[in-house]
Amino acid sequence: MPIALYRIDDRLIHGQVVVGWGQPLELRFIILIDDDVAGSEWEQELYRMGVPPEMEVCFSSVDSAGSTLNQFSTDARMGIVLVGDIGTMQRLVNANAVIKTVNIGGVHHSPGRTARLRYVFLTPEEEQGLRAIAAAGVEVTAQDVPGARPIPLEELLSGEQNE
Amino acid sequence: MPSVSDEHAVHSPEIETRRAVIAGHADFAAGLISAVQQIAGRGDTFVAVSNAGLSGADIESAIGQALDLSKAAVLFTDLPAGSCTMSARRLQRARPGLVVVTGVNLATALEFAFRAPNESAAQAAHAAAEKGRATLVVHG
Repeated sequence: MPIALYRIDDRLIHGQVVVGWGQPLELRFIILIDDDVAGSEWEQELYRMGVPPEMEVCFSSVDSAGSTLNQFSTDARMGIVLVGDIGTMQRLVNANAVIKTVNIGGVHHSPGRTARLRYVFLTPEEEQGLRAIAAAGVEVTAQDVPGARPIPLEELLSGEQNE
Repeated sequence: MPSVSDEHAVHSPEIETRRAVIAGHADFAAGLISAVQQIAGRGDTFVAVSNAGLSGADIESAIGQALDLSKAAVLFTDLPAGSCTMSARRLQRARPGLVVVTGVNLATALEFAFRAPNESAAQAAHAAAEKGRATLVVHG
């Protein structure tokens, strides 16, 4: 399976993804699954502009994600799947048994969210969403960059981790 | 929690300075401005924005706030693929006169700080970008 990472990151394509993960993993494609971006040519152009020429970016709505993932499942290149929020990842996991691990890369502060890590803030509903993903047999960890320690979901939600 | 640093913005009222915002990862912008201040005493040309701990929407808000505060027409960012650049391009839609320069380095910032005040912001930005590009040299 060429998908190295199924990542939740509200910044979507940015430095950590393109450089931080992209270089050591030699990523050659990004599948960005987001209904708003999939419906906006302007947003797609913006994200394409941000990646190096050797990296392909594919945009998909959540409903079309299954066929997009199938399309890339036999690709020999290394790739990453990106979504912007936990709810979208939950929908993906429910519809695609192929997802075995989920990386929480960035869910930043907004009203109603509680700090769990410097790059992870969660509402109670989002915590439930992550627990539901884990209950489906998916390993969920938080890790912003490759050199950081992956923090298991239970540790993340217990608030015991120290950075 | 947008964070905008304007600590270098101590202006003499009789001197009109062309200003710019520098936005980047962690303390990149503050460090660059600090270097401009040390070298040339012109740190007050710039306002720093850090993306640390911010969502994309909050980065956009922080940069917008810094642009409003400084009345800057030029925005420098670090990585072309970075979240600050993404936010900058979104801001350009609502601010068509805004000039965005990606990949800023110290030479770029210094050149911008010394461009003639009668140049347009775009002219100064282009000249600064050229200067910065030319300073990337490999020896050996």
